[in-house]
Amino acid sequence: MVAQIPSLRRYARALTGDVWAADDLVQDTLERACSKWRLWLVGTNLRAWLFSVMHNLFVNQMRQSAGGGQAAMLDIDDLADDLSAPASNPDQALDLQRCLLRLPPEQREVLLLVSMEDMSYAEIAKVTGVPMGTVMSRLSRARARFQSLLDAPARVLADPPIDHAAPTRAVTTLHRLK
Amino acid sequence: MNRKPDRPLSDDELHALVDGQGPLDDLAALQMRLADDPDAQARLAQWQRQRDALQRLHAQVLSEAVPANLLQAAQAGNAVRTSSNHWWRYGGMAAGVVMAFGAGWLANANWQKVGGREATAPSMASAQPEREFVRQAVLAHAVYAPEIRHPVEVSAQEQKHLVQWLSKRLDKPLKVPDLTAQGFDLVGGRLLPGEAGARAQFMFQDATGQRVTLYLGTMESVAAGVSGKETRFRFESQAAIPSFYWVDQGFGYALAGQLPRASLMQLAQEIYRQL
Repeated sequence: MVAQIPSLRRYARALTGDVWAADDLVQDTLERACSKWRLWLVGTNLRAWLFSVMHNLFVNQMRQSAGGGQAAMLDIDDLADDLSAPASNPDQALDLQRCLLRLPPEQREVLLLVSMEDMSYAEIAKVTGVPMGTVMSRLSRARARFQSLLDAPARVLADPPIDHAAPTRAVTTLHRLK
Repeated sequence: MNRKPDRPLSDDELHALVDGQGPLDDLAALQMRLADDPDAQARLAQWQRQRDALQRLHAQVLSEAVPANLLQAAQAGNAVRTSSNHWWRYGGMAAGVVMAFGAGWLANANWQKVGGREATAPSMASAQPEREFVRQAVLAHAVYAPEIRHPVEVSAQEQKHLVQWLSKRLDKPLKVPDLTAQGFDLVGGRLLPGEAGARAQFMFQDATGQRVTLYLGTMESVAAGVSGKETRFRFESQAAIPSFYWVDQGFGYALAGQLPRASLMQLAQEIYRQL
């Protein structure tokens, strides 16, 4: 299970857009996985199971946190610091992550599981607990919306994000930072 | 050449192309239809770019050292165990954790060093007995299964005596599972050394001469108070000999054989059902 931790961390980072929230989510996932150990059938895919545990926790978090979205927005600064590693063009990664956060969570999940984790559609259906048809339609919407977000960066900063309760004030601050 | 253009690609088909999912034949056919669909081509290119970018996103996290708190969380089961002697009260969860994480994770890394002490997490020490048990089961299989003239010490013809003898030596009434429904006949059995007491190996053979061995004995890491309900199957594949093992009421069982995993699991489940 320890071998899965790096990719869990990376996926959580892209999912939450926040360094600390990501690692918190991973920790919760690992602890939950340990205590729900018996629900994992030996021989089934450990990786998929861990991702499904994380999915359930993430869904609960989204449901509970009204202010969760706000935290994501305010931590854009942290994110900028975090991206000092030369892995990719920092500005690009920042934009990419911002655009991701503007997708509804269920679309973000599917897009990441497909693109980042290379998970099969069938596996994603199991991990997220929805029929495959739903997975595919979420993927279509995710890719279409993601593309329009990427194509119009100026608009991204101007408009408030979809699923966050961020006040306009926070958005204006972003403008000034840029 | 005038060809009637194919119907445009659906979203689902485009996804499959971008993500490379589905049979190769289908994908090849889709590629051909793509040639006639410039709109789909444009979208494909966009989605491909998205996918590539996401593949690279936060890639540096993959090579970061795992933070200590996350390592601990992954080994939470062990913490429960070492903090209290009555680990079996936690429903055997700790042992289950050790068997899966210790055996699963470490099996890939350091199987060769199983005899010596490894300088890794405490989970190593607790995973040791289970892994050692499986290692010996696999070794015993590798040594005796290929034998033509002396595969067993006491043959199936003296089955009653075999069972009595091994039960006495293992200090536990043994039952030889009947696998004839699965096409496996008993060849016989033998006595083998073990850490916490003698061990037994039963060998079965099918019509093609394919052999499986059932290796069993007391697990010294398990306290006498373990409830019989705490049983988990664990699949291992060491030295190309797949095996299923489980612990039940203080006794370890390992079924080894060169079979497809599903067949081996079926046999293992049947054995568990009967014993």
